Amino acid sequence: MATAPLTTTDRATEAREQLDAWIALNANKSLLRFLTCGSVDDGKSTLIGRLLYDTHTLFEDQLATLEADSGKSGTQGAALDMALLVDGLAAEREQGITIDVAYRFFSTPKRKFIVADTPGHEQFTRNMVTGASTAELAVLLIDARKGVLTQTRRHSFLVDLLGIRNIVLAVNKMDLVGYSQDRFDEIVADYRAFANEAGIADFTAIPVSGLTGDNIASRSAALPWYSGPTLIEHLETVPVAATSSHADEPFRMAVQWVNRPNAAFRGYTGQIASGTVRPGDRLTVSRTGLSSTVARIVSFGGDLAQATAGRSVTLTLTDELDIARGDLLAAAQVPLASGLDATLVWMAEDKLVPRRSYLMKIGTQMLSASVSAIDEKIDVDTLARSAVSALGLNDIAEVRIDLDRAIPALAYADSRPLGAFILIDKVSHATVAAGMIRAVHAGPGRRREDDESSRIHWIGGTSPANRATLIGHLRQQLQASGHPVMLLDHAALRELNADLVDAPTETTRRAREVARLLAHVGTNVIVDLGTSAAESHPGTFHDADSPDADPSDDWVI
Amino acid sequence: MNALSPIPALTHLEQLEAESMHIMREVVAETDRPVMLYSVGKDSAVMLHLARKAFYPAPPPFPLLHVDTTWKFRAMYELRDKVAADTGMELIVYKNPDAVAQGINPFDHGSRHTDMWKTEGLKQALDKYGFDAAFGGARRDEEKVRAKERIFSFRSASHRWDPRNQRPELWNLYNTRKSPGESIRVFPLSNWTELDIWQYIYAENIEIVPLYLAAMRPTVERDGQLFMVDDDRFRLNPGEVPVDRSIRFRTLGCYPLTGAVESDAATLPEIIAEMLVATTSERQGRVIDKEGGAGMEIKKQEGYF
Ligand SMILES: Nc1nc2c(ncn2[C@@H]2O[C@H](COP(=O)(O)OP(=O)(O)O)[C@@H](O)[C@H]2O)c(=O)[nH]1
Repeated sequence: MATAPLTTTDRATEAREQLDAWIALNANKSLLRFLTCGSVDDGKSTLIGRLLYDTHTLFEDQLATLEADSGKSGTQGAALDMALLVDGLAAEREQGITIDVAYRFFSTPKRKFIVADTPGHEQFTRNMVTGASTAELAVLLIDARKGVLTQTRRHSFLVDLLGIRNIVLAVNKMDLVGYSQDRFDEIVADYRAFANEAGIADFTAIPVSGLTGDNIASRSAALPWYSGPTLIEHLETVPVAATSSHADEPFRMAVQWVNRPNAAFRGYTGQIASGTVRPGDRLTVSRTGLSSTVARIVSFGGDLAQATAGRSVTLTLTDELDIARGDLLAAAQVPLASGLDATLVWMAEDKLVPRRSYLMKIGTQMLSASVSAIDEKIDVDTLARSAVSALGLNDIAEVRIDLDRAIPALAYADSRPLGAFILIDKVSHATVAAGMIRAVHAGPGRRREDDESSRIHWIGGTSPANRATLIGHLRQQLQASGHPVMLLDHAALRELNADLVDAPTETTRRAREVARLLAHVGTNVIVDLGTSAAESHPGTFHDADSPDADPSDDWVI
Repeated sequence: MNALSPIPALTHLEQLEAESMHIMREVVAETDRPVMLYSVGKDSAVMLHLARKAFYPAPPPFPLLHVDTTWKFRAMYELRDKVAADTGMELIVYKNPDAVAQGINPFDHGSRHTDMWKTEGLKQALDKYGFDAAFGGARRDEEKVRAKERIFSFRSASHRWDPRNQRPELWNLYNTRKSPGESIRVFPLSNWTELDIWQYIYAENIEIVPLYLAAMRPTVERDGQLFMVDDDRFRLNPGEVPVDRSIRFRTLGCYPLTGAVESDAATLPEIIAEMLVATTSERQGRVIDKEGGAGMEIKKQEGYF
């Protein structure tokens, strides 16, 4: 290259400018937390090791160790054994050390990554839930030779349960299936079928080999038929929702600590859960319903003009209000709940005892809570639901929870910070459960009987056509809620009522008891016996002949 | 709605900062007597800076504890005393009286030096003052084992760590409940890497011990390692003469035990560049060549530093 000769000063200045620009670039990365899920020997350690290695996250000394270790004990002959970089979980497990999650770090010029690596063996539910709780993306590892396994479904279910919407299907060990496009397509089709069934809207599939590095950091010549991004390209560019997407929601911040160094200053500190705050904004204290105006956003480097979701801030208000740790400051009132429907992941050896009082930590609040009812346990392998009376380690269930006071809370699907909680044993102080709110209830938690009866629907009216139409719609909507539906009509009850001759009252009584039993275990029941409104209890009476009988409009699922 | 332009998502440093501040405020809100272990190193410097941000305009509502070995670099003592004055925080300096009495030193006592001054000293200090939570500046990227450490790590009354009985840490909901006598070690920098630390020091202009930056300093070479002769307590071998070399330190501890690296990186940007180059150079050529972009940019810089 022919360039004009540069003086030493020019060179130094140029170098400095380039360096400054480069440092600035690297100081303004985004952050992505993700987790890797795979069964034993799918190649998870190798993949993570490869990510660290290909992004130059290792220091010379680590690299030297890797080279030495690979020669000694590596399974890869003279090549570097990437898995050695991250292994170690097995040894510790043998010593009985609880390993739930190991965190690894690497970065590219665009993004810093925090990888939650969870051992795929026993305790996987507890471990995966812990790792997924702070992740925004999941890499599901599949051994191309084995395809989609039960474990893949299990991992997907948990990832979805924890609200992770970015799923990468890393079809690994492509080198062992001859880099076959057909095999890849087959696995993707299998997974798509499962995903549709499981309600997983979207995923990105990438053919890779952790061992050879194909499609990890660099495009693979062995996979010419694949035109999508490499794993790193995808991780670098996938939009990260956690902080940015909450910026346009209403402002919400749980008060963490009240800063009162002297009588003249009273600041409310916390990490912003959603939205943006500026001086002059009106905020309401959820507990009291009282409002005030933001005076300042106080910060060490000088007051801020605005602050957005994810930041830890200190706010002052123009009025002196009664505000303490645990209070929620919000731009729009968040309703108070004293009962919750939640999904609970049990994490302790000691079983869940219904009605026993546990400590609940939700946001910055600590209160007493008890599980009033276990609705259904969910089997993570089959997704089957069943009624149970207790929960043990790694069980997942939908439960009802009563709180000892009303708190501002939201469904987990709407807000991780306001919808996630842990339960703490009051005696051992152990963290016994992770919980995600599905729905909040004002006032005392719903009674079991109310809930049972809400599952029972009585059909009245004389026109068989109208009744058939109504039953069809009801059935569809109840099924969409995820619970099974049972139709109790004369045909269904024939055997039970075989001893009865023209005894409508007794027929109705028996139907009522059967309906109660079914509702008790979570089944929706439609009773179609031509009962009058007065006889149709417990539950809801629908008159098929009435013009507004069709419930299509007023069901929110 | 508002007319302001869309607010950019937080950068990785902003997110790390917010997380660390959140952790510190949880500790202050939920424990009785927290303390910050202050070792005067770069991680301590960042941790202290974050504490000042978390509690501003109040000074951080806990004391600093320096478990002193009496063998730190002189520059460390200078910065420690300056920082205590600047922040308005109480500084507790604790020296294990047994180690003082026995004259424990790194030349004669080997590993007992660290055990008595640091490990024992720390336990004694925590017991003496009754601290129930202690902030430490350890990071998960430091070594494989630390990758699995929790942010809140519990210790029994005898300061034992029971790895069989660790609590899962979910979301940012830390369970700080202790049984009587238990105490907590809290690591607010768990998710920071060494590079993050340097970038943050640079971005926030945080004062660090000058020993992290290269300068000509008197050194001796022993077993392939360079040591700085920081005062006349350093025992020179017969015939050994200190030589001035341009050195800097990647970590700081007791000066006779802390190896230096030869370096010309005398400014923070140069340190950051040197760190990044250190992780990319000498690597199999193919790895660097694949990287392109910034990796190549750094290689270009190499000649200048
Ligand atoms: N051929 C091939 N082997 C792989 C690949 N990834 C991992 N392996 C091998 O599969 C085995 C299990 O890998 P490891 O990373 O330890 O699996 P983990 O149990 O999921 O962490 C090891 O022998 C690896 O060398 C790959 O992409 N191709």
